[in-house]
Amino acid sequence: MRSNKKYKADIIFLAVIVLLAVVLILNMYLNKEKGALVEVRVEGEIVETHLLTEEGQYDLNDGTNILVIKDGYAYLIDADCPDKLCVNQGKIQNNGEIITCLPNRLTVTVNGGENDVDFIS
Amino acid sequence: MKAKKVSLLALTIALAMILSYAETLLPVLVAIPGVKAGFANIAVIFALYKFNMFETIGVSLVRIVIVSILFGNGLSFAYSVAGAVLSLLTMFIMKKTKLFEVVTVSIAGGIMHNVGQLLMANVFLETNILKYYMPFLLVSGIISGTIIGILGAIVIKRINMRY
Repeated sequence: MRSNKKYKADIIFLAVIVLLAVVLILNMYLNKEKGALVEVRVEGEIVETHLLTEEGQYDLNDGTNILVIKDGYAYLIDADCPDKLCVNQGKIQNNGEIITCLPNRLTVTVNGGENDVDFIS
Repeated sequence: MKAKKVSLLALTIALAMILSYAETLLPVLVAIPGVKAGFANIAVIFALYKFNMFETIGVSLVRIVIVSILFGNGLSFAYSVAGAVLSLLTMFIMKKTKLFEVVTVSIAGGIMHNVGQLLMANVFLETNILKYYMPFLLVSGIISGTIIGILGAIVIKRINMRY
């Protein structure tokens, strides 16, 4: 017969992982801070920067992805890759939030708190 | 290496490939890069418990090479290898301790597979990727690792090989 003792290591391991997940998710929700800048990177290099207030539509990376900034949100409305994962990642507006397009090696990141805006503009 | 062993390894690789392919036919449920069920891991878990370390690494790497050639590209190859190396290493260590059930080993493997892929993305794309996606990947690793682990444990128990 299997006793509880046999599963001790498993239970401890899983508890630690679940706890870590809960802490990370709580941390993410509690530390939400509206960002100011939209940074577009291709292969890690920043190629474009926009303010979250600069509403409009932008072709990124020679048109492989199309970025829209509207109502304080940044999101991709189209991409040339088959899975459209980046489009489905939705709208971002908080510091540190990222939209990732792996096939085109492109990321869109929201960065910079309210205070940074004056500094940059 | 006996002919029977060679064919068993080849069979496991073929199974892993079919599972990888079957997965590409499924719709993407979660819009987070790297999140998938990882059905091919059933074959890898099976290899982990039925073959030795080098044979398991062989099964995993050959699968990745062939699947990348057939359905992927150079980039997906790099991500897969990073994920596989980290995941296999973790699963070997956990299995060696003999403290953990197959399901737990599979969950750890699933999470580390994601971590490995994100580390690559962290290097190539954007330095905050791992930090930002980590909570999602833990949750998805727990869910898919549990399903794969339960299936893997059944297969390991049901299939008895003598060679």
